[in-house]
Amino acid sequence: MAEIVLDHVTKRYADGTVAVDDFDVRIADHEFVILVGPSGCGKSTTLNMIAGLEDITEGELRVDGRRMNERAPRDRDMAMVFQSYALYPHMTVRENIAFPLKLAKMGRAEMEERVERAAGLLDLAPYLDRKPAALSGGQRQRVAMGRAIVRDPKAFLMDEPLSNLDAKLRVQMRTSISRLQKNLGTTTVYVTHDQTEAMTLGDRIVIMRAGLIQQIGPPQELYDHPRNLFVAGFIGSPSMNVLPARLEEGRLRTPIGDIPLRGRLRRAVEGPDVPRDVIAGIRPESFEDAALVHDADGGGTFTGTVDLLESMGPEKLAYFTLDTGAVRSEHLTEAGGEEEAGEGCQLVAQLDPKSGARRGQPVRLWYDTQAVHLFHPETGENLTER
Amino acid sequence: MEAGRRSVSGWTVANVVVVLYAMVPVLWIASLSFKDPSTFTDGSFIPRKWTLGNYAGIFTNADFVRGLVNSIGIGLISTFVAIVFGTMAAYAVARLTFPGKRLLIGVSLLIAMFPQISLVSPLFQIERALGLFNTWAGLILPYITFALPLTIYTLSAFFREIPWELEKAAKMDGATPFQAFWQVIVPLAAPGMVTTAILAFIFCWNDFLFAISLTSSNAARTAPATISFFTGSTQFEDPTGSISAAAVVITIPIVIFVLFFQRRIVAGLTSGAVKG
Repeated sequence: MAEIVLDHVTKRYADGTVAVDDFDVRIADHEFVILVGPSGCGKSTTLNMIAGLEDITEGELRVDGRRMNERAPRDRDMAMVFQSYALYPHMTVRENIAFPLKLAKMGRAEMEERVERAAGLLDLAPYLDRKPAALSGGQRQRVAMGRAIVRDPKAFLMDEPLSNLDAKLRVQMRTSISRLQKNLGTTTVYVTHDQTEAMTLGDRIVIMRAGLIQQIGPPQELYDHPRNLFVAGFIGSPSMNVLPARLEEGRLRTPIGDIPLRGRLRRAVEGPDVPRDVIAGIRPESFEDAALVHDADGGGTFTGTVDLLESMGPEKLAYFTLDTGAVRSEHLTEAGGEEEAGEGCQLVAQLDPKSGARRGQPVRLWYDTQAVHLFHPETGENLTER
Repeated sequence: MEAGRRSVSGWTVANVVVVLYAMVPVLWIASLSFKDPSTFTDGSFIPRKWTLGNYAGIFTNADFVRGLVNSIGIGLISTFVAIVFGTMAAYAVARLTFPGKRLLIGVSLLIAMFPQISLVSPLFQIERALGLFNTWAGLILPYITFALPLTIYTLSAFFREIPWELEKAAKMDGATPFQAFWQVIVPLAAPGMVTTAILAFIFCWNDFLFAISLTSSNAARTAPATISFFTGSTQFEDPTGSISAAAVVITIPIVIFVLFFQRRIVAGLTSGAVKG
């Protein structure tokens, strides 16, 4: 149990590349914090710096107020779960889990008891005398978790612990990790590149890109109020629709119709240095089949031909191609937005399953104009949130 | 089908030829070692008159027995030291970046390639000046020198196979660097270390050049060198029987060594460590 403070931490390698730039976060006791971002954004480096596996170039790491920069990993009392699990292949499951206790020179009886308890918590009791080679992927993952929880450390550090599991098991383990963390109340830092994991697991998300923190906040806040185009594109699945837009005659001209500038949109465009050409962002669930909307106030409508229709069960996803060029922005490519090279602008709408939309047929859509975000085309800054 | 059968029989013939080619000299010297001295030149592959006299003879020869003891002692000590230092060096080569790493690798490769004959005279002079000539240490030192590049090369290949994350995990679990090395890395590298040890031991055991040049009495002379000093029972008699018996005797430990450790060289010990 501990509070972890990263005080303006920077990691610079000998060749001058900056992996993590001025990382400044206070992780509260018991908190579950997710570091998320595309590969190479510095999230694993940050985790390794907390663990002590990599040196901190600048800044200070404090755990419960004590400086940790110079301490060896074993003196930091943190447990880590690796993406590859890193189980010791020559030891049985029991020996693997007991290894940290053995190194801590714990008495035999207490060691046995703790291993049994950890194994019970993770349903590993029947496998204690097996070697890791004889276990399935999910069981290995649980052994790695067991090795972490057995010694009751100050913090758990998890480096993409679920990315080697198949989809179904990943969802299962996700909930059990969440439950385990809530029961134990241990401060946890969790690294992932998967925005779904980030959204579902964390109390707070730290979203990173190219070594820089983009935004910190609870999942819902990041979703509702993305600070820039990168965050907007990264969080949410399917991702936010981005459309080219132009400010003209007090209206916002977009490929899905003109939007009157009212309320927060007006405030957004009245700010300083707003260019005439902007990027409009609108989430798929802000659309609805116009036939199902009774109270159509404060919304716009748009008619398009459905390219593709995916029935998900609780919802339908309708794909459209708009007859304008797609928005090209470095902020989006790195966020992992789908790349449709050379094609027109793609639009995804999440519709009620009762919608009568059919593939190849035109459909009239309603959308909430107040849910539109406006982004600066160069800086990617969210104009509606500043 | 026809072609397949022909290629199978072709392979069989080729294998038999290769095995015969390799085994005939060995069997021939074994056959000689069991022949009575009066029948050495009878040209028969299978001894007509069996005897164990040649073996009895070499084991009553104090020089040869002493040579065997020297061989075993010097071989084991050299192997042990080479493995201990080689393991540490190979670990550093495989895992760390340090100034002069490329130089170290280059120099060790150079030593392995060096023609040993060119070192005999300088070593002879140096060892005489230092008082190492004709001692165990006088042979152990050059053996270690030549066994080390071999151990560093083979072991670093083994260490590279071991996932680095295991060490990180050990560190996170509270291990000191030495504990991580000793409790996690070494057990996993054990098959590699055994293989390397066998190779190093065979190198020391088989050496003749240093053994004959850097010794002058049975104080340190190893078995292969001792054999070359065998004499017949009279001035006009060749020690054929003793030499062949001794040759068989010094081959046996190598065969035992390999057979015994072969079972221990288990492949895939690291399976299950990471994802896979």
